[in-house]
Amino acid sequence: MKLFRDLLKDYRFAVAFWVLCLLLAFAALSLFSPYDPTRWGQVPRDVRPSAEHWLGTDSNGQDVFWNATFAVRNSLIIAVIAGVVSRIIAVIVGMVAGYRGGLWDRTLMFVSDSLLVIPLFLIIVMMAMLIRASLNLATLGLLLAFFGWAWDARLIRSQILSLRERDFTQTAILSGTGTLKLVLNEYMPYTTPLIFSTLINNMAWAIGLEITLAILGLLDMSIPTLGTMLYWAINYQAILLGRWWWVMTPITLSVMLFIALYWLSVSISEYLDPRTRVQRVGA
Amino acid sequence: MFLKQYLLPRLIQYVLVILLGITAVFFIPRLLPNDPVLRTIAEMRARGSYLEPGAMDKIISDLQQMYGLEGSWLDQYLAFWGRLFRGDLGVSFFQFPTPVLDLIMTALPWTAGLLLTTTLLSWAIGNLIGGFAGYYTNQGWSRALDALAMVVRPLPYYIFAFALLLIFAYLLRWFPVSGGARLGMRPSWTWPFVQSVLWHAVLPALSIFVLSAAVWFQTMKLVVQNINAESFVAYAKLSGVRENRVVSRYVIRNALLPQITGLGLSLGLIFSGALITEIVYSYPGLGTLLYNAIVNGDYNLIMGITIFSIIAITTSVLIVDLIYPFFDPRIRYM
Repeated sequence: MKLFRDLLKDYRFAVAFWVLCLLLAFAALSLFSPYDPTRWGQVPRDVRPSAEHWLGTDSNGQDVFWNATFAVRNSLIIAVIAGVVSRIIAVIVGMVAGYRGGLWDRTLMFVSDSLLVIPLFLIIVMMAMLIRASLNLATLGLLLAFFGWAWDARLIRSQILSLRERDFTQTAILSGTGTLKLVLNEYMPYTTPLIFSTLINNMAWAIGLEITLAILGLLDMSIPTLGTMLYWAINYQAILLGRWWWVMTPITLSVMLFIALYWLSVSISEYLDPRTRVQRVGA
Repeated sequence: MFLKQYLLPRLIQYVLVILLGITAVFFIPRLLPNDPVLRTIAEMRARGSYLEPGAMDKIISDLQQMYGLEGSWLDQYLAFWGRLFRGDLGVSFFQFPTPVLDLIMTALPWTAGLLLTTTLLSWAIGNLIGGFAGYYTNQGWSRALDALAMVVRPLPYYIFAFALLLIFAYLLRWFPVSGGARLGMRPSWTWPFVQSVLWHAVLPALSIFVLSAAVWFQTMKLVVQNINAESFVAYAKLSGVRENRVVSRYVIRNALLPQITGLGLSLGLIFSGALITEIVYSYPGLGTLLYNAIVNGDYNLIMGITIFSIIAITTSVLIVDLIYPFFDPRIRYM
C-alpha cells in the first residue's frame, strides 16, 4: 500500500491509473449493454451523436458507444491473455538461461535473439492467415503470447545473472536450498516488479498488433474489438463520408489506452530503478 | 582474436537465424491442421472466382507443385531450399503467373528508400537531440521534448500514421491521401516525378521518423544522464576540458555504443512498422504488396515477402553489428 501511495505522487502514474480505471469501468459497462454486440441493424444506421445514441451509430446499425464498451473489453482480454502467458514463458526462459548458464543459456538466448531479429509481424500475419477460421479472443491472445516474450526474457535473464552473483545466493546454496526453491523464494521477489512492468508493455504491444491484424482483415470481424471497430469504419469510408464519431471513438480510446499503459510502466520502472528505465523498443 | 571472438560467432548466428526463420516459414503451413491447397481453393471460391471442374484438378496439381507438396517432408524441405538458392520464390496466385520475386523487386525501391532515409535520419537526429537533452536535462526545451516523446512513444505505428493521415491529408489537405506518386505518372528521373514522389513520401516518412526518433531520443537521454553522473565526466570538466568537447567526446560518444546495438536489435520492429505505415498510406512498397496479398489470399506471395524480409533484415542487422567495432575500440583491439 505504501508502494502504491508513493507511486501516486508521480503525476504520470496518477493520470495513467485513473485513465485506466475509467477505461476499465467503461469496459465493465458492456455487461449492461442493451444491445447484442454480434447483431447488426438493431438501431438506425449512421445517426449523429444524440441523447439517444451518445456516440451515434455506425453503418452496420450498431450503437457506437455500447459497441465501444465491448471493444475495449475484448481488446483488454486479448492483451491480458497475451501478456500473462508470454510472461510465464519469459520468466521460465529468463530464469533457466540466467541461472543454469552454459549451453542452456546460449541456446535459449539464441532463440530469443532470433525472435528479436526476424520481422515477427510477418510471421504472425502468416500464422493468423492460416488459422483465421479459429481465431477468437483466446487463440489470438495465445498466438501473440507465443511471440511476445523474447525481449523480456532477456531482461529477466540479466537480472537473474546479477542476483546470482550476490552473497545471499551462496548462503542459500550452502544452507541446502534446492534450485527451484532458491529461484522461487529468493529471486522471484526481486524480479516481480520487472515482470509487472514488462507485462504492461507487452499488453500494449498485443493491443497494437490486434488492431493491425484487424485492419488487415485477419480477425473475426463480428467480435467487436478496437481493431475491428476501426476496420469497419475504414471499410465503410467513414472518413470520407464525415462520420467522425465512428472513426474517432476507437482512435481516441486506443490512444488513451496506449498512453495510460505506457505511463504506468515508465512510472513503475523509474520508481524501481531510477537509473535504468527498461523499456521495450516499441510495437 | 577479433576475428575469432567477435566476427565468427556473429556470422554463425547470422546463418543460423536465417536457417531457423526460413525453416519456420516452411513448416508453419505444414504444421497447421488445414491443407494449404484446399484452403487456397476455398479462399478463391469464397471470393467468387468461378472454376471449371477440369481447371480445378489442374490448379490442385499446380498448387501442390508450387507449394512443393510432393514427396516426404524431407524431400519437400530440400526441394524448398533448392528453389530458394536459385532465387525462385514461386509465382503469385493472383497475378498469375508473375514470379513473386518480380513483384517484390518492383515494390522494394519504395520501401528501401522510405526505410533507409527514415531509419538513418531518426537515429541520427533522435540521438543527437536526445544526447543534448540528457546533458542539459533541466532546460525548458529538454523537458518539453521529453513530454512530447512521452505522448508519442507509446502509440503504435498504425494509430499514429492514421492520425497524421486524418489531420494532414483529410482535414488540412496539405498532403496527398495515398499512393507513391501522382496517378498515371511514369517513373522517370524528371523533376515533376521526383517532386511528386517526395511530396507523397512526406507523411509516411514523417510517421516512421517521429515514432523512431522518439525512441532514440528517450533512450539516449537516459543513457547520457547516467554517463553525466560518472566521475570521469566531472573530472574532465574540472580539468578544464571545453564543454563542447565534454559533450561530444566524453558523453555522447560513450552513450552512442548501446544505441548502435539498439539499432541492430530494433531493425525488425522498425521494418514491421514501416510495412504497417505503408498500408495506411497505400504507399506502393512491400507493405501494400503484403496487404494486397492478404486481401487476395495470395499465400505464396506472403511467404515470398516473409522469406525475403527475413534475409534482408538479418543481413542489415549483421551489417550494423559489423560496423560496431569501428565505434568501440574495446572490441577492435580485443
